[in-house]
Amino acid sequence: MTRRVTIGLLLAPAMTLLIVLFFGGFLLGLMQSLTYMPLIGLNEPSLEAYRAIFTDEQFGKSFLLTFGISLSTTLLTVAFAIASAMALRHSFFGKRVVNFLYQFPITIPHIVIAIGTMFLFSQSGTFARLAYDIGLISDQGQFPQLVNDRLGLGIIYVYLWKQIPFVGIIVLAIMQTMGNDYEELARSLGATKMQTFKHILLPIIIPGILPASIICFAFTFGSYEVPFLLGRPYPAVLSILAYRLYDNVDLNARPQAMAMAVFMTVFLMLFVFAYKKLLKKAAGRD
Amino acid sequence: MGTAIERKKTINPLRVMIYLGIVVGVIIPMIPQLIWAFSHRWLFPSVTPSEWSMRAWEYIANPNTKVLSSTLNSLIIAVSVTAISILVGIPAGKALGMYKFRGKSVIELIILSPSIIPGLAVTMGMQVIFIRIGLSDTMLGVIIVHLIPTIPYMTISMSGVFANYDPAFEEQARSLGASSMKTFFLITLPTVFPGIVTGGMFAFLISWGQYILTVMIGGGRVITLPLLLFSFAGSGDFALTSALSIIFLLPSIIILFITSKFLSGKSSAMGGFGNL
Repeated sequence: MTRRVTIGLLLAPAMTLLIVLFFGGFLLGLMQSLTYMPLIGLNEPSLEAYRAIFTDEQFGKSFLLTFGISLSTTLLTVAFAIASAMALRHSFFGKRVVNFLYQFPITIPHIVIAIGTMFLFSQSGTFARLAYDIGLISDQGQFPQLVNDRLGLGIIYVYLWKQIPFVGIIVLAIMQTMGNDYEELARSLGATKMQTFKHILLPIIIPGILPASIICFAFTFGSYEVPFLLGRPYPAVLSILAYRLYDNVDLNARPQAMAMAVFMTVFLMLFVFAYKKLLKKAAGRD
Repeated sequence: MGTAIERKKTINPLRVMIYLGIVVGVIIPMIPQLIWAFSHRWLFPSVTPSEWSMRAWEYIANPNTKVLSSTLNSLIIAVSVTAISILVGIPAGKALGMYKFRGKSVIELIILSPSIIPGLAVTMGMQVIFIRIGLSDTMLGVIIVHLIPTIPYMTISMSGVFANYDPAFEEQARSLGASSMKTFFLITLPTVFPGIVTGGMFAFLISWGQYILTVMIGGGRVITLPLLLFSFAGSGDFALTSALSIIFLLPSIIILFITSKFLSGKSSAMGGFGNL
């Protein structure tokens, strides 16, 4: 067997499944968004569904909410992941316990932690009860809205809980491979802690966690379960809006659901592309 | 006194705060569910339930409710999804981890794209075809859509494992006369086994935790644990929701104990994400 054939055979099963399911699904969605389905006699492609979603005033609000939640989640995840990984590098009393707890969120399903967050932060939740007990509030309604709120704070909290360890473990791995030599050298040449961090650690860590941070952003942008439990009905995030249109009794809403799915796909692809380009440019300037 | 403090200068208040933050931050959202699961009446503003009860657990233990059947459905689906992901993920991971070839970046992009593009977006388009070929509302259909997020995960994990794998062992086995089958089972498989375990367990968890893909393709006919959990949470029965959520959590806890040593940061299965 030649090398090319070997590689082809190794890749064939996974690639076939992914291309058929993933790209097939995308193409079918695209066709339905254009109301172009020759199978059922719809032969005239139309942009009506796109016009309908883009002119709906809820769409803009939903997009901003989804984008805002995803971006703030990703930036906070990266910041907390780097800070916690740097702290976990040192040896300290109880390190094994803290390390174990740090990995704990990685395997826990989003749904479980979303329900826990609801019980903890809602206006009748544990914190509201504690606040009432110590006299901070005299009524449930006085407790700030931390879940099902306007900014998606509850949603962000769940994603941070899940994603910080995911990125943090990758940061730990990068720092382990890097060793202490560079930092010690910089310090011995008189660099301050801050300078060492900024000029030695960050330039090594950031490119290494780029894929993971893209995955965090995209996952937050497209997932349904957490905003379903902790979001508001209006404005809702895009995935909820899309599913609502999809699940509508009026089948005419279907193409709009598909159009929204296509929009989310194209937006995420462009975002990832631009993000990578930007970072490459920034790296080239150094 | 003074010298003792100086010697202990590694105690940095910021770092201690981070350690405490990890401990408290991780544990605290899990606590209300543990209490709710055993409570009967717990009205605002009581900090602890006024009446305790095992009602939720009695409901869960009752074989006539949907709990047992949906747990079985979840298990069958997640185990099948894991098995298929492992079968197709090992060879694909090997190709990406061990070989350099033209068009590799395109292949990597295709394999990575399902982790960027939401599963909801592609499943929507697919449902029409699934109805046509009779896969809609069936367990097989649900297994197939769950593969979309798990295959990339498994492949990426395996490519990380194979990137650190030394092909010289295989060559030696082959040169000593072992068949390619024999080489695979005696040399390749044992070396990459820890990676398969870690990747497979995460594939299991991804399938186990799916809600929206199951709803869209299962059409409410294939009831899994997440579906039941959502319907309990929606009905406002917090005791039942919490008890079911604890059941739902069990595989995660078991898997955490098994994989925690692989995840310690040295793991190549996680490192695969850094190499993309």
